[in-house]
Amino acid sequence: MIQEDMRVMAHEEIADHIFELKLQGQMVQQITEPGQFVHVRISGKTDAVAPLLRRPISICSADVKSRTLTLIYRSGGLRTGTELLTHTRTGDTVDVLGPLGHGFPVSEAPAPARALIIGGGVGVPPLYGLSQALAKRGIQVTHVLGFRSAKDVFYQTNFEELGKTFVMTEDGTYGRCGRVTDLLETVPFDIAYACGPTPMLRALEQTITDKPLFVSLEQRMACGIGACMACVTQTTDPNDAKGYRRVCCDGPVFKAREVEL
Amino acid sequence: MIEVHLPGLDLKNPVMPASGCFAFGAEYGALYDLNELGAVTIKAATLQPRFGNSTPRVAETPSGMLNAIGLQNPGADQIIKNELPRLEKQKVPVLANIAGSEVDDYIATAKKISRHPAVNALELNISCPNVKHGGIQFGTVPEVAAELTYKVKAVSEKPVYVKLSPNVTDIVAMAKAVEAAGADGLSMINTLLGMRIDLHTQKPVLANLTGGLSGPAIKPVAIRMIYEVSQKVTIPIIGMGGIQNADDVIEFFLAGASAVAVGTANFVDPFVCPKIIKELPEKLNTMGVTDINELIGRSWKK
Repeated sequence: MIQEDMRVMAHEEIADHIFELKLQGQMVQQITEPGQFVHVRISGKTDAVAPLLRRPISICSADVKSRTLTLIYRSGGLRTGTELLTHTRTGDTVDVLGPLGHGFPVSEAPAPARALIIGGGVGVPPLYGLSQALAKRGIQVTHVLGFRSAKDVFYQTNFEELGKTFVMTEDGTYGRCGRVTDLLETVPFDIAYACGPTPMLRALEQTITDKPLFVSLEQRMACGIGACMACVTQTTDPNDAKGYRRVCCDGPVFKAREVEL
Repeated sequence: MIEVHLPGLDLKNPVMPASGCFAFGAEYGALYDLNELGAVTIKAATLQPRFGNSTPRVAETPSGMLNAIGLQNPGADQIIKNELPRLEKQKVPVLANIAGSEVDDYIATAKKISRHPAVNALELNISCPNVKHGGIQFGTVPEVAAELTYKVKAVSEKPVYVKLSPNVTDIVAMAKAVEAAGADGLSMINTLLGMRIDLHTQKPVLANLTGGLSGPAIKPVAIRMIYEVSQKVTIPIIGMGGIQNADDVIEFFLAGASAVAVGTANFVDPFVCPKIIKELPEKLNTMGVTDINELIGRSWKK
């Protein structure tokens, strides 16, 4: 983990309020797994005190050769402050702490396994790097990506290049109408990975019980390195020695049903 | 130039992380050598393990943050077994924060923790706003705080610093009461009780409803209280509340602090403590100050 002023290589809006930010720096060499995240100082790199805290943003993909990582984030929302980040331009620098956390265990899927990748909304980005890593290992990947509406859809073609991709919208304005869980019975798989809203992850944990499933959680964080105890979640096993996990450093990826959702 | 000597704490520099913002040092110890710090203040120990409050436990506010962690910690025995031995191997002094729900919890925890060779002093937490029982209940009535201080002092093998709550009308009365009860020093201030309401859900953001406000937003409150208290007590004050840089450290010394603790800023910049320690002598040089101790209370000294 390092703290670095990373250089903005590209920055554009790729869907409604969804931004793709490419950053260059040494930190890229430290990324070990897809699903890790970075902690971004959205106010810039000065002593600015508002917004005070960093924002955890998952790494979408990384390229060691060009020392570049890609972040996809939603701007705005209710007082999230991330709209400040949209003002950074190519050539600017952004204060980034990372890489942080434990990502998706790619080696848990022995080839020629079939992996099912399920994403919802802004939970989709880290799954792209995961799919790249799985595809590289010769694993057949299928994607089920859920969005609220047509204007929210992003990265469809990127995922299609790696494997079969189903896009679903809740309002039916694009792709299939419905939720990602509606498609599970029709797709054969040996292992599943998911990232998205908690109700979606909860539904997946209830549905996928006979195959390995890994879920990536989101939680409000302060330090991002395991010291402040803000992002803890209880383990489902009451006899667990610690009884809790920190989403920032024990996660954000957990085995299904390891922690309470 | 930046050495300070307080009861039980011989500090090569006056900067330490604040309790609760640094866990037991393992996470930050992986980023830099903890021996660079003046001291380490460890997260509050209670007699029994505590899971703490439900999430969300933090909410950002203008130039600050609210937290309601709820004194999550593995309990005094586990801390002695797993955390203190690791700190004992370091040279850095340890200030151990202790909390409780009942007077007897404080006494039992103080006995256990103060006996450990890694611990140089205790910090008596009578100001946590985030637990239903104990914590701040001991920190708002001078007589209650004094009685607890007296009892903990009676069993502690190390000097005792009492961490005061700003959620009182007369901070001087609190400080004088615990000084008279035998406190060796004061830590001030703990967080200010606050709340944030989500416009979308129209409910409080924190699961605990209220939380403790920290960060740069509370610095003026801390400065004012240290300014008032330091003129009325003779025991030293460890100042805290929104410190982010060497200028802030100097402001706290001018107000009357003899050392400082850095809390929330660690979350924004995990390297902030070593950075401040490096900046401090440079800053003093530009001010023509040869010993930081000269600055203590200079804002009110004639």
